[in-house]
Amino acid sequence: MAQVKLDAVRKVYPNGYQAVVPTSFQIEDGEFVVLVGPSGCGKSTLLRMIAGLEDITEGTLSIGGHAVNDVDPADRDIAMVFQNYALYPHMTVRKNIGYGLKNRKVPAAEIEAKVQEAAKMLNLTEYLDRKPSQLSGGQRQRVAMGRAVVRDPKLFLFDEPLSNLDAKLRNQMRIEIKALQRRLGVTSVYVTHDQVEAMTMADRIIVLNEGKIEQIGTPSEIYHNPASTFVASFMGAPPMNLIRAQIEDGQVKINGGTELMAVPAGWDSGEITLGVRPEDAVLDHSGAVPFEISIVEELGAHRLLHGEMAGQPFTVHVSKEVDIQPGQTRLTLNPSTLSLFDAESGKTL
Amino acid sequence: MTDITQAPPRRRIRWSVLLDHAILIFGSLFMLLPLLVVFQMTTMPDVEVIKNGPQLKLGGELGPNFDKAMYKASGFSGLNTGTRMLYNSFVLGIGFAVGKIVLGMMAAYALVYFRLRFATLAFWLIFTTLLLPLEVRILPSYEVVQKMGMLNSFNGLIIPLIASATATFFFRQYFRSIPEELVEAARIDGAGPVKFFIDILVPLSKTMIAAMFIIMFVFGWNQYLWPTMITTDEDMYTLVRGIKQITQDLEGTNIPEYGRANLLALIAILPPVLIVIFFQNWFVKGLTESDK
Ligand SMILES: Nc1ncnc2c1ncn2[C@@H]1O[C@H](COP(=O)(O)OP(=O)(O)OP(=O)(O)O)[C@@H](O)[C@H]1O
Ligand SMILES: [Mg+2]
Repeated sequence: MAQVKLDAVRKVYPNGYQAVVPTSFQIEDGEFVVLVGPSGCGKSTLLRMIAGLEDITEGTLSIGGHAVNDVDPADRDIAMVFQNYALYPHMTVRKNIGYGLKNRKVPAAEIEAKVQEAAKMLNLTEYLDRKPSQLSGGQRQRVAMGRAVVRDPKLFLFDEPLSNLDAKLRNQMRIEIKALQRRLGVTSVYVTHDQVEAMTMADRIIVLNEGKIEQIGTPSEIYHNPASTFVASFMGAPPMNLIRAQIEDGQVKINGGTELMAVPAGWDSGEITLGVRPEDAVLDHSGAVPFEISIVEELGAHRLLHGEMAGQPFTVHVSKEVDIQPGQTRLTLNPSTLSLFDAESGKTL
Repeated sequence: MTDITQAPPRRRIRWSVLLDHAILIFGSLFMLLPLLVVFQMTTMPDVEVIKNGPQLKLGGELGPNFDKAMYKASGFSGLNTGTRMLYNSFVLGIGFAVGKIVLGMMAAYALVYFRLRFATLAFWLIFTTLLLPLEVRILPSYEVVQKMGMLNSFNGLIIPLIASATATFFFRQYFRSIPEELVEAARIDGAGPVKFFIDILVPLSKTMIAAMFIIMFVFGWNQYLWPTMITTDEDMYTLVRGIKQITQDLEGTNIPEYGRANLLALIAILPPVLIVIFFQNWFVKGLTESDK
């Protein structure tokens, strides 16, 4: 078990492309950290640098207090689970799981015992003599997990391990992986572009965008206090509503007049971006803000109302009890739930 | 009781299928008939063959002809019996195929998995040697073998031929299709370069190796010019060469040994055919399969 520390780690690919700008953060012992961001933002690059599969251009990476920049992946005491599982197709499940131990000259009897234990933990015992091609996607994913846990490493690395599975299996595996990590207490870094996975699994989330960190925080911090419009719109489904607003006379105003909340004294007047989570807007016939519903989206447990507010697209999330038809209505926005962002930089104010 | 059996569907004659089969049958006969004629002649006494040529009946000379073909030497030293030549051909064919596969795989491994400085250039250099088949460079090759004192030895026969652009090329393409993650997983699992090659790459390449083996074995087995130059001792003769030796008698005044020569020719055909039949599934897989 170990702490992972990145100190101004940077990655420039040989073709000159800077995939990760100098980045620093620390992962605590036993923590489950999720790296999330859109495709191409450098998540895999960062993870692969931690694994040692990719050279670190600049900066220092330490695992368990030792700088490991020049340590071979095999000697970093890590285990990695890949998106396409990367099982050895010609080996049985037993050999797949035991291969890392065999290479480390562990006695055969001990390997067998450890493989059995891992297989039991992952419900793979009856498949031990099958080849990967004779397994379902979920079972293959479990074998990949088995290969990781059997070595009892200091650090687990996951690169989108669930994205090849169907939605139902994904939900199930998500819970299993999280439970397993809790039980073993192994520090883990998990890469995904699925924000639901990030929210549900992480102790802390790192949101990446174009090779730099937008925000680090617990799922609730990320969700409720996004550091930028990027984080606000990336996390949450449907995403946070972002609308243009103004600060005038110490008040946030939309629609050229409707006052929503007071801002601290001394804030400059001018354009800002206002962020409202769809579930934080409350339908209220006597509310201050007019809202024109154009589509009601039925989602079973709840409904999404898509429409326009202050001339801009806006979505409201209501529970299934609220029976509503398209048309004109009004909203109340609770000042404590609103997020304010700089109109230019998108950073939170 | 209700009867739910249906009337069997009426068979319709599919003309296109019929035509396909007609073409295939015709092609097979075209290839097989000469062999059957050869076989017929091996069962007849040589005198009969010379008098009547090929006939439609089988004679009783197969056994004696077989004895002559396998155990009688045609040279002066008495060493180039059929069995000896068969053995030599096998050594050449197998050595040739195995050597080419081992060398080709290792070259491809270096080209694909190691960050060599001029890997692409090296690959194209190897590739262009395809334009220089053995026949083009046979004199310098001979000189090298001769100067190294390897004439009349299996080493001299095999080693100069085993550098193979074809095998290198096929293995390179194959290795490049193996997912990168597999290599990375193996690295994390602590497999060094040699372990990765032996534990992962070789087993994964089974079908490709089989396909290469067939091609190279047949190629090696059928070599004629090279063995003729490198080996002059009679106990080093290969089958393909030995047959020629026997049919040379045609130019003399003796009765040519048709039965013996023809039987040897049949025996020479057999191993490549058997290997292809035996390995054909692997062969097709190796050259067509792309999912790993
Ligand atoms: N070997 C390479 N050479 C040059 N550029 C690369 C290389 N590998 C990745 N990149 C670039 O680096 C950026 C980050 O790639 P990376 O694989 O880390 O993205 P990612 O966040 O994992 O995306 P995804 O969610 O699609 O997997 C991309 O823009 C990609 O084009
Ligand atoms: Mg990726």
